Amino acid sequence: MVEKQEVIIVGGGVAGLSAAYTLAKAGVQVMLLERGLNSGTKNVMGGVLYSHMMNEIIPEFWKEAPVERRIVEQRMWLMGKESATQAGYKDLSWNKPPYNNFTVLRSKFDQWFAKKCTDAGVLIVNETLVTDCIIKENKVVGVRTNRPDGDLYADVVVLADGVNSLLSKKLGFHKELKANQVAIAVMELIKLPAEKIEDRFNLDKETGATIEVYGEATKNMMGTSFIYTNKEHISIGCGTLLSALSKSKIKPYELLESFKQNPLVRPLISGGESSEYYAHLIPEGGYNSIPRLAGDGVLVIGDAAQLVNGIHREGSNMAMTSGRLAAETILQARRLGEYDERALSVYKSMLNGSYVLNDMRKYKNTVHVMENNPAYFNFYLPAVSQAIKELLNVDGKTKREKQWIILKQFFKGRSKLKAIWEFIKLGKAML
Amino acid sequence: MTSEQIPTVIIEDKLFLNRFLVDEIPHLVIKDQKICANCQEKPCLTFCPARVYEWKDEKIIVGYEGCLECGACRIGCCFDNIEWEYPRGGFGVQYRLA
Repeated sequence: MVEKQEVIIVGGGVAGLSAAYTLAKAGVQVMLLERGLNSGTKNVMGGVLYSHMMNEIIPEFWKEAPVERRIVEQRMWLMGKESATQAGYKDLSWNKPPYNNFTVLRSKFDQWFAKKCTDAGVLIVNETLVTDCIIKENKVVGVRTNRPDGDLYADVVVLADGVNSLLSKKLGFHKELKANQVAIAVMELIKLPAEKIEDRFNLDKETGATIEVYGEATKNMMGTSFIYTNKEHISIGCGTLLSALSKSKIKPYELLESFKQNPLVRPLISGGESSEYYAHLIPEGGYNSIPRLAGDGVLVIGDAAQLVNGIHREGSNMAMTSGRLAAETILQARRLGEYDERALSVYKSMLNGSYVLNDMRKYKNTVHVMENNPAYFNFYLPAVSQAIKELLNVDGKTKREKQWIILKQFFKGRSKLKAIWEFIKLGKAML
Repeated sequence: MTSEQIPTVIIEDKLFLNRFLVDEIPHLVIKDQKICANCQEKPCLTFCPARVYEWKDEKIIVGYEGCLECGACRIGCCFDNIEWEYPRGGFGVQYRLA
């Protein structure tokens, strides 16, 4: 007799674990398949985990979860070769429950989350690669794994297999992603004593800061670099659109090294020792890249569903929310005893009603507009830096002269009309 | 973009920090070397974060052992000329921290 599960979840990242936990808590029999040695060994992110969405899944998780630092300050730099225009917001109320966000090390955090799932009754099977969905009469009825006798059956299969989602592609839920729909991010973890981190970033014990860096940090390519504080590590990385990086002929690790060696960054990490090196793709295609989310017997969640808001560097929160909403959908479907596309489409309406698809829709043209107008990154951003320098540099020029110099810079070599139009387009795409 | 002030990096130094359980079966295979030979850009030599791909003796050498499983080559290869699978369960890079 073939053993059948109620739900099989493919992938033990935060999306899959959120779905698994929610289902198991409601008494559903869940099997989660993870290709790594355990949850977390394949999972990479910059490190910011949003409290609100995790709290919806495990209330007051911060009391027991291995979080690194409570983020109380978010900074933004517009970096030149030896300058940075800086903005930031610090809020000490973020140091109190329910907090705003934390830095986490995914390997530790995901292992803890997986343990919570196991305790709740989820059967987690590690070291298991799912190679295909099993389809019968146009309905997903299970998965094929690389283990001997590795066919497993379930009422519903949830695909949480990450940005590459080979499985939803094989189902024909989306076409192959293009190089302008993903960012390639590389990151290093640099070990430094906690006191050094606290001194350098002006922090109290257990509080943390994040810095997002634009401009020279990505050699004025479309993308972001970042510096995040953990307890005893600094996460430092760069992400650029894969298409932009291909064109630039700069290798991702050279870009990272150049960022680390920039005289504005170097003092923050000096004396630190590299602990690990990471690479990961980030879905950047936005709303228009979202695949089909539900089919007969199958749902797609998290990065596999391309749910990332690149403008606000949100992704893990959307992964969690989509996992939770998929679980709630399955609970409804279970009460009806129907797992066809119609029953599972409740998931789409739930996502539609939530911040997830609303935010994705809001920015659906942003990446596209920025990608088609490299001037935003390689002309206007540097021009802003120049403008501020002009304003602050006391050199005997009159302020009126300075205003003219600044204005001229913004229109240098471009028609005024074109420049104004470029700003309107960006405004429309952002607001 | 010029290569001004781009530091040289010995990628092996970075990969050395990571733990790999190498499968004897390669999970990355070039479908047709002739296509690579005719590829002008060879972007895989640029964007691969682990420098898995090398152009040597008129062909692409695939050092799959140090692959970080990101998928950049799967999407970035202009000719869809890389057969891309994940390593078998339990194999490949094993991150210990983030």
